[in-house]
Amino acid sequence: MDHAKSAARFAADEARTHWHDQALYSLRGKRDRAAATIPEWEQLRETAARVKEHTLSRLAEYLEEFERNARKNGIQVHWARDGEEHNAIVHGILARHGATRMVKSKSMLTEECHLNPYLEARGIEVVDTDLGERIVQLAEDPPSHIVVPAIHRKREEIGELFHRTIGTAAGLSDPKVLTEAARQHLRQKFMGAQAGLSGVNFAIAETGGFVVVTNEGNADMGTSLPPVHIACMGVEKVIPRARDLGVFLRLLARSATGQPVSSYTTHFHGPMRGGELHVVIVDNGRSQSLASEVFRRSLSCIRCGACLNTCPVYRRSGGYSYSYLIPGPIGSVLGPQRDPAAHASLPFASSLCGSCTDVCPVKIDLHHELYAFRQVLVEKGLVPLHKRIAMAILGSVLSRPWAYRLAGRLLRWIVPRLPRWLAYGPWNAWGKQRELPPMPKESFRDLVGKEPP
Amino acid sequence: MPKVGLFIPCYVDQLYPQVGLAALRVLRRLGLEVEYPQEQTCCGQPMANSGCATDAKPLADRFLRVFGHYDHVVAPSASCVSMVRNHYDPFLRGKAGFEHLKRSTFELCEYLTDVVKVGKVQGEFRRKVGLHQGCHGLRELRLARSSELVAPAFDKVRSLLSQLDGIEIVPLSRPDECCGFGGTFAVKEEAMSALMGRDRLADHLQAGAEVIAGADMSCLMHLEGLARRAGKPLQILHVAQILEQARLS
Repeated sequence: MDHAKSAARFAADEARTHWHDQALYSLRGKRDRAAATIPEWEQLRETAARVKEHTLSRLAEYLEEFERNARKNGIQVHWARDGEEHNAIVHGILARHGATRMVKSKSMLTEECHLNPYLEARGIEVVDTDLGERIVQLAEDPPSHIVVPAIHRKREEIGELFHRTIGTAAGLSDPKVLTEAARQHLRQKFMGAQAGLSGVNFAIAETGGFVVVTNEGNADMGTSLPPVHIACMGVEKVIPRARDLGVFLRLLARSATGQPVSSYTTHFHGPMRGGELHVVIVDNGRSQSLASEVFRRSLSCIRCGACLNTCPVYRRSGGYSYSYLIPGPIGSVLGPQRDPAAHASLPFASSLCGSCTDVCPVKIDLHHELYAFRQVLVEKGLVPLHKRIAMAILGSVLSRPWAYRLAGRLLRWIVPRLPRWLAYGPWNAWGKQRELPPMPKESFRDLVGKEPP
Repeated sequence: MPKVGLFIPCYVDQLYPQVGLAALRVLRRLGLEVEYPQEQTCCGQPMANSGCATDAKPLADRFLRVFGHYDHVVAPSASCVSMVRNHYDPFLRGKAGFEHLKRSTFELCEYLTDVVKVGKVQGEFRRKVGLHQGCHGLRELRLARSSELVAPAFDKVRSLLSQLDGIEIVPLSRPDECCGFGGTFAVKEEAMSALMGRDRLADHLQAGAEVIAGADMSCLMHLEGLARRAGKPLQILHVAQILEQARLS
């Protein structure tokens, strides 16, 4: 689906679009205020970028170091080439334990691998325990944002959804009441779970441990009650040393929500007594990205969502306008790397304003990557032919001063003489909501000679 | 005395000649030797921005040929300057004169503040002005500190305008949000582009702006088109048009 079309559909409800825009812009504001409390903020970003760059330059070594140390800690490490392998590994672990009920905290990776439908088709109940994730799961929607997955839902709609799905009273809209209802509902799921799955924010090569960050403690509850904990991570989640964590943890919550630190930062260094701890390390196309000098940097992403919150297009078009499961600027760089044809409109879903680049805590030059991907898409022939022809003609006219002068003169002569219905016909996308620029009689180059030197 | 090549972007040449003339007058009144080479056309940004960089290459070559021998190249358009400075590398890397060209191509305001080192701007402009930060000026040329960064605030355009007597630069609720022009984005993503622009206009209006001023005529062309369609009482001016009334020293 073309982003421009789905964005236009979302923005057709202007009041709701402005509500969505403002909700996310206020997150950006919180981020600004939190960042401003750290005088060395820019130095932190620079350090984080360098640590990631370094790690990516010897990723295999750090992953193997992580594996060795994790095994020493009694963690069982699995490697998955792609989403299918990842799902099969997770299912294998669950099957071995005869588990049919699993709770899961937030993990974009499992979304990417379509784990939930895979397990559900095999008779396993998967319950997302992050409140926002649970809301979208009950609504049978994908997340619309990587940190606040149900940001597109108004509280009245959530009241209605809960009434329909978990049997709360009709007409609820008080966030406290709704949260309490979800809490009671989820408590039952936690108590009954036979396994818990979490994501991984940072895996530490040096210690063989990993860190999971949440605000709701749901990852902690979900992995400490059942005897089996499965943690899934992309290969890019590894960092070299425990001390590097200080850099990323200071950046992550501030960038994401403006909190100095998230409510729960949990370090896992081995299984519970009598339990099992599994880590599944997934590639799923990441080593392809690693091979690209330009797009490699997108692997530095720590999934804070700041680029979504600041993106004037994301805020006005919503997560579902993006064809890739990760929306916004980072998704528009990641999606086309996975499947350029399916996500060919995403690099164009940006005014290239660069706010994403300046807000990114690991300094991914997102708007330059979007620009670079546009070139790749044209090279691959994935941009409509009429656009490429139009640009070739424009380029050829502009390369010849006489043709350029003639074209300009014609334009300025013809446009003012056209009847309005013709000048502003359906072919004029500019003129749908905008007046055309004035068409002066003389151009600058006509007038410049008349200026006193 | 440095020789200045005046680079007037294609759409300014054809659609906003008075902006080009204002830039020329500002520079000449500072006593600079300014030339406008007639063989110039366009920097190639529309093509490159659309992914058709190969169609932009001949224009990059032309730009180097036309402007390479000037001491300085100055344009009243941040976006086009950014094209030369930040996106010409793949076309011109290693070519004789390219490094000089890249270093010596300036947006008008940064040329005034950083190279000519204009200290004083004398004149008056008794209007309430909303300052539009074009994104490429802001984040590609760093004409001001962008709101995302934790760093000391500065603003080259504001530092020039704010010296005028009677001018009131109104505070916006979102100081540097994109107006949604974005080159071909303006037509490719028409709905987004227009909504972003209307939101920007609303911010300027709630702040009490009578004039919207900026260093990038492309953003202003978009905002002007929206304001005129909506019948908003806003005057849209390029910074050069305000500065040409003043005495710079």
